[in-house]
Amino acid sequence: MSITSLFNTASSALTAQSQRMNVAASNLANADSVAGPDGEPYRAKQVMFQVDAAPGANVGGVKVGDVVESDAPFREEYNPGHAMADDRGYVRMPNVNPTDEMINMISSSRSYQANIEVLNTGKELALRTLTLGE
Amino acid sequence: MLDRLEASLSFYKNALDIRDKRQGVLAANIANADTPNYKARDFDFRAELDRAIGASSSATGGGMPLATTAAGHMGPQAPGSVGAGTELAYRNASQPSLDGNTVDMDVERVEFMDNAVHYRANLQILGNQIKSLRSAMQPER
Repeated sequence: MSITSLFNTASSALTAQSQRMNVAASNLANADSVAGPDGEPYRAKQVMFQVDAAPGANVGGVKVGDVVESDAPFREEYNPGHAMADDRGYVRMPNVNPTDEMINMISSSRSYQANIEVLNTGKELALRTLTLGE
Repeated sequence: MLDRLEASLSFYKNALDIRDKRQGVLAANIANADTPNYKARDFDFRAELDRAIGASSSATGGGMPLATTAAGHMGPQAPGSVGAGTELAYRNASQPSLDGNTVDMDVERVEFMDNAVHYRANLQILGNQIKSLRSAMQPER
């Protein structure tokens, strides 16, 4: 364990958090996408974080293990004039919950900031160590 | 004479090594603040330092090296090494979360800052000691 492995840990967290933000952005952007490539409405996606420890190590960085789709029911909106409306006049809308996504976004950006701070501190300590004894 | 020099610096070298190691553990906690089921880890700085000092004094003060006659024989621990066998403990969560994660970001960041300040102090003292040793080595003028 050394300062350079601290850089690896913090940068893995930056990558994972930015991926999480990307997924949240994609969910928000597609909050009204009634039809995807398969003809089904868009399903909200979520990243699953996992510890990314080297073999034999107790602690380590973080990685995105999987991106899972939410299986919450689709939102139904009454809009008889819509091209995708069924015979009752309802359109199936994506199961994206904008509140959840915004909270995900805020939480993610805070974690990102915390890791930036870790990187800055690590950098400063490493630079000071390099000038030891001068 | 050179081993005296080494001995005078080895305490701060050990302390610096352990601070460095702790910095890595705390950084891993902060990195995994959103990982489900991750348990925050830490270790006791004092116990680890005692262990490192004990290891280095027994290795340097022991005198004779240990003879090994078979591949399975274990030698004494290298002087002052901060071994891989550091016992990492789990932090008690004051506010456990539903996903099983016990990282408390406030605690981790405070500990991280605290550790960084100690690291700097350690570097400063070590630097001053090197400076005074160096001035003692200057030729007479």
